[in-house]
Amino acid sequence: MNLDQVLAQFQSSGAQSCFHGRHVQPQIYAGLDGKNWHLKDYEARGGYQALRTILGMHGAEGMTQDQVIATMKESGLRGRGGAGFPTGLKWSFMPRQFPGQKYLVCNSDEGEPGTCKDRDILEFNPHIVIEGMAIAAYAMGISVGYNYIHGEIFQTYDRFEEALEEARAAGYLGDKIMGSPFNFQLHAAHGFGAYICGEETALLESLEGKKGQPRFKPPFPASFGVYGKPTTINNTETFAAVPWIIRNGGPAYLACGKPNNGGTKIFSVSGDVEHPGNYEVPMGTSFAKLLELAGGVRGGRQLKAVIPGGSSAPVLPASIMMDITMDYDAIAKAGSMLGSGAVIVMDDTRCMVKSLQRLSAFYMHESCGQCTPCREGTGWLWRIVDRLENGQGKAADMDLLDSVAENIMGRTICALGDAAAMPVRGMLKHFRPEFEHHITHKTCMVSAYT
Amino acid sequence: MNIRHIPIIEAQTFSAEVLARFDKELAKYPADQKQSAVIACLSIVQQVHGHVSPEGEKAVAQYLGMPVMAVHEVSTFYNMFNLKPVGRYKINVCTNLPCQLRGGQKAIHYLCEKLQVEVGGTTTDGLFTLQPGECMGACADAPVLLVNDRSMCSFMTDDKLDQMIDGLRTATKEPS
Repeated sequence: MNLDQVLAQFQSSGAQSCFHGRHVQPQIYAGLDGKNWHLKDYEARGGYQALRTILGMHGAEGMTQDQVIATMKESGLRGRGGAGFPTGLKWSFMPRQFPGQKYLVCNSDEGEPGTCKDRDILEFNPHIVIEGMAIAAYAMGISVGYNYIHGEIFQTYDRFEEALEEARAAGYLGDKIMGSPFNFQLHAAHGFGAYICGEETALLESLEGKKGQPRFKPPFPASFGVYGKPTTINNTETFAAVPWIIRNGGPAYLACGKPNNGGTKIFSVSGDVEHPGNYEVPMGTSFAKLLELAGGVRGGRQLKAVIPGGSSAPVLPASIMMDITMDYDAIAKAGSMLGSGAVIVMDDTRCMVKSLQRLSAFYMHESCGQCTPCREGTGWLWRIVDRLENGQGKAADMDLLDSVAENIMGRTICALGDAAAMPVRGMLKHFRPEFEHHITHKTCMVSAYT
Repeated sequence: MNIRHIPIIEAQTFSAEVLARFDKELAKYPADQKQSAVIACLSIVQQVHGHVSPEGEKAVAQYLGMPVMAVHEVSTFYNMFNLKPVGRYKINVCTNLPCQLRGGQKAIHYLCEKLQVEVGGTTTDGLFTLQPGECMGACADAPVLLVNDRSMCSFMTDDKLDQMIDGLRTATKEPS
């Protein structure tokens, strides 16, 4: 075997993470098998019909920009990257009459620990993102777009480049798309290992070929984005939701989920479950159901805690999780956030101090260094949690942890500072006795963690 | 005070194939925004030459018409760039929390034992460099690792780690 053949043996096929047949009413992952990602397969699934519809290719009149944006507003689609901002509203902020170049950007810099949904979309259904972006570009009068893909998933990047070639050859991208006056050029770009570039303004800096240090807002990207030009940025899954909405209408999408929480959502379930993977389910599905889809807690053990929206979201104990539904509003009400939809499950053998130690190391490592509270504070947090974990904690450390977290929150240019502080506060809120045990007994309450 | 000799760095020379790949990246951006291609160009340099040297940075800077320091800012900011030579196979094992819950730490320790190398080190035969990695966006596939930045390996149990390391050793010996 040559080098490529050796490594190819270990490449993920998606069988476990995506083609397990346990999605519920899927839209984005529907009908995928890993081989049918090509343009012809996508067309056979009804792909590019939505783009044809808005461009008036079916003898009908097509849709105006206002109609497309109104449909998006009706759908209740909210940004799938983490913030949950209403997509239709975001699109309406784009100054469509701006005379210069405007840009559309897809944020595929999927690095929030726990999240792996966009990789499977781009790898196994890349054209759905291309079509979604083309529709968005049409609605906002944009002629150039970039898809910024996480640097660690080069195979996915190559796949997306291939899909772009197919779409160009078929006339779905380029000048005068399908014979209409609409032009849209779409390109793929990649990062190279910087979590912070998932933050939208850091991503813009990176796309300009600079260090990925976030920009102060305002001005927002809608007025000052890539190269200082008006720019709209959405997450991969957000764009992937668009074709279905155009084909079936806003109200149908909204009806899939709950009021104010439209559609399906892909949850990346990781950690202590039997079948980790991506699960596309209607928004508002109960956590208990999601856990069941993922095969339940591994080894029949007890559920202890769940980080419901990526590592930046505050942890919630099992007692709360088993009673809530998976949607923006329900999780926010429970004191955490839906974030990117990454559900990290921890069983009763897990030490929360050790878990927080690892997360704090991550945020310290990934702080871009621009704002003092984050650059210094993330180091403080890690040092305190690290000594707690190693049995060297002091009684005053509990208050110190709280104080450092408090002093990072809201005092930085971007949300990375908050993202480092929120897990700390969540852990202290729900698992304080474990931390105190580490201080008084110099050892763990649970011992089986390896 | 000594006046130290500051070496003059000669720009690296790239093959026609590398330059063609640079051109392909450059074509994606507006003519006055060549700098946008810097990450892609540096990653191509790393893929072909193993690491990004000061000479490589200078050549990329000249190609993109940007200051060498601006290139260096990028190569030092993004974690995947190798600023020094690494082993023939750089292995990054994800050790972030979701992977830690499913054997990520165990995988890196297993490789340490197998390769007789410390985390961050390179084997004496120069074949393998072992590094921890942060989230690679493949959390459901844990344990996961990257080989030379571009090949992700999933579900890396001890058996598969053995198979991979042995396979890479064999593939290196056999001329392709």
